[in-house]
Amino acid sequence: MTRVILVVAALFFVALFLVLPLAAVFAQAFAHGWRIYIDAIRERDVLAALRLTLLVAAIAVPLNVAFGIAASWAITRFDFIGKNLLISLIDIPLAVSPVVAGLMYIELFGLHGWLGPWLSQHNLHIVFAVPGLVLATIFVTFPFVARELIPFMQAQGGDEEEAAVVLGAGGWSIFWRVTLPNIKWALLYGTILAASRSIGEFGAVSVLSGHIRGRTVTLPLEVEMLYNEYNFTAAFAAASLLSLAAVITLIVKKAIEIISGVHTPPSKEDFAE
Amino acid sequence: MARRSAVKALIQLKRFSPLPGFRLSLGFTWLYLTLIVLLPLAAIITRSLRGGSAQFLHAISTPRVEAAFRVTLASALLASVVAAVFGFLVAWVLARYNFPGRRIVDALIDLPFALPTAVAGISLTSLYSEKGWIGRFLEPRGIHVAFTQAGIVLAMSFVGLPFVVRSVQPVLEEIDTAMEEAAASLGASDWQVFARILAPVSLPALVTGAALAFARAAGEYGSVIFIAGNMPMKTEIAALLVVTKLEEYDYTGASAIAVAMLALSFVVMLSLNLLQWRLQRKVGERI
Repeated sequence: MTRVILVVAALFFVALFLVLPLAAVFAQAFAHGWRIYIDAIRERDVLAALRLTLLVAAIAVPLNVAFGIAASWAITRFDFIGKNLLISLIDIPLAVSPVVAGLMYIELFGLHGWLGPWLSQHNLHIVFAVPGLVLATIFVTFPFVARELIPFMQAQGGDEEEAAVVLGAGGWSIFWRVTLPNIKWALLYGTILAASRSIGEFGAVSVLSGHIRGRTVTLPLEVEMLYNEYNFTAAFAAASLLSLAAVITLIVKKAIEIISGVHTPPSKEDFAE
Repeated sequence: MARRSAVKALIQLKRFSPLPGFRLSLGFTWLYLTLIVLLPLAAIITRSLRGGSAQFLHAISTPRVEAAFRVTLASALLASVVAAVFGFLVAWVLARYNFPGRRIVDALIDLPFALPTAVAGISLTSLYSEKGWIGRFLEPRGIHVAFTQAGIVLAMSFVGLPFVVRSVQPVLEEIDTAMEEAAASLGASDWQVFARILAPVSLPALVTGAALAFARAAGEYGSVIFIAGNMPMKTEIAALLVVTKLEEYDYTGASAIAVAMLALSFVVMLSLNLLQWRLQRKVGERI
């Protein structure tokens, strides 16, 4: 009996708290019918925002993947001084408000910032331009891949790679033939988390964007601008694209968990070995 | 020469490893970390202190800034309690019971991580405003959520929920049910089993999840600003005030608030580590 009450209570809460906000996005987007919805997402500014969002993610995510692999290789395969410090420092972006993250780059690259005068002399634009959006996105997704890979590679140990060295394999061939096949699911998992956050980031890019339509407005910023212009149907139509991306993220994540066992607690059989 | 050996000592291997790529991977890691995280962090801290500590304190102690911090902290604290209570319930149900749609619910828990904050913000606002699906039932009864502090707490609980569930769920899954069965067979009531076995074992994870939810809520921006109403002194959060100061070209003021927020979240993270360590030791002694 307790069990039924608790399950029903939890389901009711999840429906009210999580499902309803998701459903409301689509309900509002389609409030005036399909045709208006299609017109809203085919609007030039929305398409430009979508392209920019994908471009920013396409630069930020691979860089963080490279960082995640390098950091987890160094941390899990070697013993060096300052390792614990390094691990703590990697987590810093998780503790920083996105708005504060954006402001940091303004203080560094803005007109009054450390490097601002030098940049403007050389006609380089970071703040209120695409590079700023990329930097902000890199910052907020900075630890995602590393945090998936470090515990995973730690648990796996370096025996297989050491065997490959003994057999005469070079660095890159060890990476491509031994390491990468072993970590591919955890790597994919971290990459998807990073990509999802990159597409949806709002606070940090908002501070660095300058909100120039067609040039520095990503899709989440376009949602905000449309909403503030009281163009609710268009705002929710643009938001529905982002919500769709979120739902796909959740499905793919769950699929990886089921297929590969990444992020599922070890079962009793695993301990029996 | 002395400097070079100091650098070498700094990254020295403590134990020999036959694997290649140590210097390349560690060098790239430190370089990237410095450029993306440490340098911008240094920039904002020096900027906030440029006018001296007196000016810094002045910038964060105006009535409007103090009110924003009060609203932010009180809301984040309430939100982390809400997230802890409901998060524990959901984690318990997911960890212990099998029911149709369990996997779907499990996947849905991460929705607040996956859904862009701006989308969550406008969606919650439309749900709880006068004509919204939920607001239309609450408003006639005099319960105002949208554009009040309750709305801020709601949005913050939304973003905080997955932190609690994902911290507690694995711990509950790992507890050996034999312990509970033994307690029950010795005559313990359900409540005693919960209070004596389940609560102490899952407490560190619950505290961790709630603290992470608090830290996230205190810095949250996108999901809150739409539903908050943003009235100075009443429903204006600290993150929004940073943006407002920035739009007024008050860089020193914006940086001072930002550094105070940074200090706060670092303190939360640090005390979290200490607390967890102490709690775990206590539980270890009892078992």
